[in-house]
Amino acid sequence: MSLATRPKPLVDNWNRPFWDACKDGHLILQRCKATGKCFFPPAPVSPFTGRPDWEWVGASGRGEIWSFVVFHQSYFPGMKDELPYPVAMVKLEEGPYLLTNLDGMTAAEAKIGQKVSVRFPGGPEGFVLPQFGPAA
Amino acid sequence: MPDTNVASPALHEPWAMRDKVAFAGIGTSRFGNFPETDSYGLGCEALNAALDDAGLKPSDIDGLIVNRIPTYERFAEMMGINPQYCLLTEAPGRFSGVSLALAAQAIHSGAAKCIALVYGNNGRSVRMMYGGGDSQWSPWGMTSPGATHAMMWQRHMHQFGTTHADLGHVSKAFRDHACLNPDAVMHGKPITLEDHARARPICEPLKLLDYCLINDGAVAWIMTSAERAKDMKRPPVLLSGYARQDAFHYGSGPADDLWYPNLSATRSVYDRAGIGQEDIQGLGIYDNFSPTVLLSLEGLGFCPQGESGNFVKDGALRLGGRWPTNTSGGHLSDSYMQGWGIIAECVRQLRDDCGERQIKDVQAMQYICATNIAQSLILRRGA
Repeated sequence: MSLATRPKPLVDNWNRPFWDACKDGHLILQRCKATGKCFFPPAPVSPFTGRPDWEWVGASGRGEIWSFVVFHQSYFPGMKDELPYPVAMVKLEEGPYLLTNLDGMTAAEAKIGQKVSVRFPGGPEGFVLPQFGPAA
Repeated sequence: MPDTNVASPALHEPWAMRDKVAFAGIGTSRFGNFPETDSYGLGCEALNAALDDAGLKPSDIDGLIVNRIPTYERFAEMMGINPQYCLLTEAPGRFSGVSLALAAQAIHSGAAKCIALVYGNNGRSVRMMYGGGDSQWSPWGMTSPGATHAMMWQRHMHQFGTTHADLGHVSKAFRDHACLNPDAVMHGKPITLEDHARARPICEPLKLLDYCLINDGAVAWIMTSAERAKDMKRPPVLLSGYARQDAFHYGSGPADDLWYPNLSATRSVYDRAGIGQEDIQGLGIYDNFSPTVLLSLEGLGFCPQGESGNFVKDGALRLGGRWPTNTSGGHLSDSYMQGWGIIAECVRQLRDDCGERQIKDVQAMQYICATNIAQSLILRRGA
């Protein structure tokens, strides 16, 4: 039951700022300059225009549960102790979805449409994984 | 009849490829666990069966498409085929339909005359895992196609009031069909709705009997022009219509639109085929997980969105029902051949090859694949 043994993120040139910000306890997103819309996962261009005209902005950290599942099957050795574990699909206020986990609440307590907010309780060495729990 | 909420792109003149390309032969290997062979060996077994079915020799093949077989060169070398058209297509099951369309286009354009399409999979004996590994979402433990479908079905239940029990009617119907199919992996192993409800959870809300099998096996199709197929050994089955719409806007995560818009766009398959929904007697639906069957029925307009649970609960998908679906048992209960086997079953139905599971007086079959590459195709009897 530890975030320390989670699989490490695949870091690339586009998502490196996202992971650096998580280490500092901030959730950031790319925002398309032409449309004002945010997108995730990080990419070289805005999916709304196909152009590299975007900027990093701080996200509110608030969203709602769009759906969730509970894993009973083991796929990652470092998560075996967490089984069964929930994965929630959270729709951020800014629009994009994150696939994330619940913190401070159980899957049995989770409801679609429920307001949640981000927290940064830990992660594998060198990383901090954003998790979501009851809205502050 | 399709509902009118989503306009399908109607064609005002016949699709140029309507009824121009035919299936001339079909072959399948044994299905099960065969560590003594591999996807090459199984592919050769299926292709030989298809060649025998069509009354052809390897030297009659001038086009080759392979899938889930490691390389086309080695497979062609083994079978002694030197084609003028050859490729290997991507592994996901949506590429069964894509491969079919590529072959049809190649035949129609004259790039090849007679194409063998061969799928071989030894996932069972090599203990293939569909999940795990590094990905965008692995730090959060999100992995596997099953979890993507579980996420979408949870949302569907919330949005429309469908239930996990609704999926039981899909799993049960296909298992009943497998019990009529002596070649099915799950032949002789009937299930009840209660078995479905009480199965071991894999990724909730989905449970074991919502998941496809993982088994070894192979499927081969031989396709040629409708004109050539007329004089061949078996009655030709014609490709009347094919429609496809991709949707990649939700990136690497589950689709927040449940693939409804892109599935709905493939309703143009009816215009392309010149065959309406009412003129179809049976369905083949890509059932990697039971929810895709219900999403497919909604997307193609067999029932309004959200009503698929009610639609299937009185046996609509069973033999004897209005829309007998996956009469071989499908991926859930026959064999996980990633769409290749389901399309082969549609062809067999249209040649009256199906014995106890034969759909009576069948003239046309429709295949549907609910993925980010949504597809539907309509096949009909050539004679």
